[in-house]
Amino acid sequence: MPAGTTPKAKRVGHPQVTVRPWQSRVPLLLAVPATVALLFLLLPLVGLVIRAPWADAGAVLTSAGALQALRLSMITATVSVIIVVLIGVPLAWVLARPGLRGAALLRALITIPLVLPPVVGGVALFTVLGRSGLLGRPLYELTGFAFPFTPYAVILAQVFVALPFLVLSVEGALRAADRRYEEAAATLGARPVTVFRRITLPLIGPGIAAGAVLAWARALGEFGATITFAGSFPGTTRTMPLEVYLALETDPGSALLLSVLLLGVSVAVLALLRERWVTRW
Amino acid sequence: MNTAARSDVDVSPHKATKTPLRRHRSAPVSAQARKRMMLLALAGILILLLAACGTPTRPAASSSSSASSSGGRGITVLAAASLTESFNQIGKDFEAKNPETTITFSFGSSATLATQIVQGAPADVFAAASPATMKTVTDAGAADTPTDFVSNTLEIAVPKGNPHKITGLKDSADASRRIALCAPQVPCGAAAVKVFTSAKIVPKPDTLEQDVKATLQKVAHDEVDAALVYKTDVLAAGDKVDGIEFPEAKGAINTYPIATLKESKNPAVAKAFVDHVLSPEGQAALAMAGFAKPSI
Repeated sequence: MPAGTTPKAKRVGHPQVTVRPWQSRVPLLLAVPATVALLFLLLPLVGLVIRAPWADAGAVLTSAGALQALRLSMITATVSVIIVVLIGVPLAWVLARPGLRGAALLRALITIPLVLPPVVGGVALFTVLGRSGLLGRPLYELTGFAFPFTPYAVILAQVFVALPFLVLSVEGALRAADRRYEEAAATLGARPVTVFRRITLPLIGPGIAAGAVLAWARALGEFGATITFAGSFPGTTRTMPLEVYLALETDPGSALLLSVLLLGVSVAVLALLRERWVTRW
Repeated sequence: MNTAARSDVDVSPHKATKTPLRRHRSAPVSAQARKRMMLLALAGILILLLAACGTPTRPAASSSSSASSSGGRGITVLAAASLTESFNQIGKDFEAKNPETTITFSFGSSATLATQIVQGAPADVFAAASPATMKTVTDAGAADTPTDFVSNTLEIAVPKGNPHKITGLKDSADASRRIALCAPQVPCGAAAVKVFTSAKIVPKPDTLEQDVKATLQKVAHDEVDAALVYKTDVLAAGDKVDGIEFPEAKGAINTYPIATLKESKNPAVAKAFVDHVLSPEGQAALAMAGFAKPSI
């Protein structure tokens, strides 16, 4: 966490010297590429905001379709992240264990959803959980229930694409964490579950938070796997990105406005959460 | 940089002896120069980026521009995605007949292509999947008078062998069945709405898809019992999808217009290509793909 480094940076012994951190501490070699990166990320956003037809903003942003889609997006992305954390943290823990056989292969397999075009990911979900999929068919024959075209399918698609983000960042945090605390706790008689709960979790808290943010953002923006596996029906499966894409077909201006709305809400949520973490960790 | 920062910090005029002072005098200068350099670099990057933003991009199909400018007799044809196979065939035939000409195709959503043309994409012929998309181009004064060259009717697409025993359009109103339609915002969905309205059936779709391909994919994977798409789409989808004709489809026959564009650098070749599409040979290639003659 960046918050931890600032106190050390202050030079207590020289009260007369006022060194502003930015001027003296960022070398040119880093400042230039960092600025390029920042501009590269922000300028398209600026373009989006400039090009959006703000005169229509009121009508577009309060339309039933937009609000419905936004609500569905927020709910599904949040539920997805909860699932992602619940199953992803244990997976990361297993992966980070020293001496795990085939860890490299396993890690490569976990990144598959990152590499796979999301639309193909949706097809892959069909083959397993669709009405005629490996698991989906027996489920459908037994209960008459099938995932596609339900909000559950939206969540499944989001979990599928977002899980690797959390697993990789939590695994990174676990590897960076000092194992000796865990060992000390274990030698003092703590059971593995207690060690995990009382030592490991607090140590990797920031890593989990960062991974959850990535996963949430990825779930919120999920498009390809959702439109393939879940379809697109207002209020049921049409999330904000799907609404934006559809609007692009008929009314590009309102698509821009909807994108700005989605971005605004997600940035607001993340900023609020970040505030809380910094105070907690 | 870290050392520079430290030397900055160490500068305390009262205590400094002569030697370190000389060293330190040079340090602020270099830091200043460095700062200036950084500002310059930043300014340069900013200018570059802004220049890149400001350049009026011509959103043409990237593949098209080179061909149309290099060959003296090359033309670029923008055509609706559903025309891909038949137009590639027609293009080959045309090139065989006119050896010195080259035709470059760019296929895509008619609405997207229409936007590109209005924005000034360098092209010679536009073949649209609906009169409405052609109208945006003619209204902008970018095309000559269009001619309808084919028509397309809706069919019910079902998974191979019709496992869910769909019999007709009325099955779409059965909520227990899984039905995929195109969203009303896209052409195939607009046609579906028209058919349902004229047949006085209220459909109960499970999904309103973005485009024909996505709709057909749901059918091909047997995730829906039936979908409404164009006959040509059913044919193009291959052997995983069967088509069922239905009488109500007459209520929403879609015609495809074609027109030469005002911006054309080779109007004669463009005109010849349109004539070829309208010729019996061109019509035969289109009929192979499932298109019907335009109903006038």
